[in-house]
Amino acid sequence: MNKSEITLNVNSEERSVYVRHSDTLLYVLREELGLTGAKPGCLNGDCGACTVDVDGQAMKSCLMLAIEAVGKKITTVEGLQNIPLKTAFIKKFAFQCGYCTPGFLMNSNSLINNYPQADDIQIKDCLESNICRCTGYKEIEEAVKSVLADGSTGNGNY
Amino acid sequence: MISYDFEYFKPSSIDKAISLFQSLDQQGKEPIYFSGGTEIITLGRVNKIKTGAVIDIKEIPECLVLKRESNKLTFGAAQTLNRIRESQYFRFLNKAIGEIADHTARNKITLGGNMCANIIYRETILPLLLTDSQVIIAGPGGLKQLPLNEVFDQTLRLQRGELLIQIMIEEKESELPFLCIKKRRQWDVGYPLMTIAALKKDQQIRFAFSGLCSYPFRNEKMDGSLNNQALPKEARIEEAMRQIPAPVLKDVHGSEDYRRFVFKNTLLDVLDTIGGTEIE
Repeated sequence: MNKSEITLNVNSEERSVYVRHSDTLLYVLREELGLTGAKPGCLNGDCGACTVDVDGQAMKSCLMLAIEAVGKKITTVEGLQNIPLKTAFIKKFAFQCGYCTPGFLMNSNSLINNYPQADDIQIKDCLESNICRCTGYKEIEEAVKSVLADGSTGNGNY
Repeated sequence: MISYDFEYFKPSSIDKAISLFQSLDQQGKEPIYFSGGTEIITLGRVNKIKTGAVIDIKEIPECLVLKRESNKLTFGAAQTLNRIRESQYFRFLNKAIGEIADHTARNKITLGGNMCANIIYRETILPLLLTDSQVIIAGPGGLKQLPLNEVFDQTLRLQRGELLIQIMIEEKESELPFLCIKKRRQWDVGYPLMTIAALKKDQQIRFAFSGLCSYPFRNEKMDGSLNNQALPKEARIEEAMRQIPAPVLKDVHGSEDYRRFVFKNTLLDVLDTIGGTEIE
C-alpha cells in the first residue's frame, strides 16, 4: 500500500497526513485527522451526512478524494464556531437523533453564505441535498429561514 | 473507502494529460481521466470501476472555460454543473442540470463527467444533442472539433486516450423554445424514471430521451413520427413508440409497462405544450 504525505488546511490549521491516493476526504478527516463530525452514511453521495465546506462550497466528503483537497480550505462542523445557525437549530428543535445534523449544518451554512437572499425555491434546492431519517425537515427549514430572515451570515471560523 | 490503490496525477496542460495517459497506459495501469470523479469514487468503492491511475483534468485551463463570446457559448468539460447553471448562459441546459443529483453533488459533478459517465441517465446530453452542439476532443494527434451528434452513439465515442475538452453551442440555438421534463416514481429527489427533452426549431420539434432505454438518445424516425401533422397527437405518439430503438428499461424504478405509460402521457404533455397545431 503506497502512501504519500499531503498537507490539508482544515479549520484554518495546516495538517500533514499520509494518505493513499484513493482515500476519500471523509475517510481521512475521520480516521487520520480525528475529525468525526462528518458522518459516514450512504458513502454514495446520496445522504449528505458527510457534508463539509471546501473553498466556500458545500461538498460531500465521500465524493472527494483527500488528495483533491490539497491547496483548498476545508471546514468541518468542528470549525463552525459561534454561528447563529447553531443557535437556530437548537431554538427550532431542528434535530432528533442528530446523526444528519453536522451535514445539514454545513450545507445550510453554505446556503446562508452563498445565497443570503435565498428564496423558498433556492432553500428547497439546497436542502434537498441532505436526508434526515427522523424527518425533521420542517424544523430544519424553519431554522435556516430564521437565520436568513435575521440577515446573519453563517461564516464560522473560516 | 476504495479498497484498491491508484496513482493520482494532476497535469496542467492538455499535452501533459494526453502524454501521461499514453505512458500510464503503456505501463498497464488502465488510466482514467478524472473530472468531478464522483462516479469513479462511488463505483470504485464497490469495485465496479478499477484503475491503476487517475488523471485529474481540473487544472487544465481549457477544461475550465465558461464563456459567451462571438455568438458562441463554450463550456469546459471540467466545469461543475452548478457553475454552469449559475452562469445562466443556456436555460435549456440549466433545466436539465437542475434535475441531476442534488445541489451539493452538483458542486462536484462536472459537465464532461456527466456526458462521459457510465450512469444511464446522463441528462446533460439531451439539450446538447438537440442544439447541434460541437465538442472539442484532444488526442495524441491534437485537437479536433466535431458535431456531438456524430460522436455520440449510446456513449461519447472517444478513442483510447482521447479527452473531452469543451462543448460549444451557437448562442442562437440556446434561445430556442424548449421543454425538459424529468419524471420520478416518488418525490422530487428520488432516482429518475425518465427525462424527455424537446426543442422547437423551424416549426419542428426535436426530441431526446433519457431513462427510457439503457442510454440517452435522439432518434430521427421518432422525431418524424411526432412531427407528422397529418395524424392526431395520440397516433403520432403510438407510431413513435413503435420506433424506440432499444428495449425499454425495466428495473427497480419502473417496469417496462409503467415506463411506456409514463412516456406516452409525458409526450402528450409535451405536444400539448409546444407541439403546435393538430390536424383533426
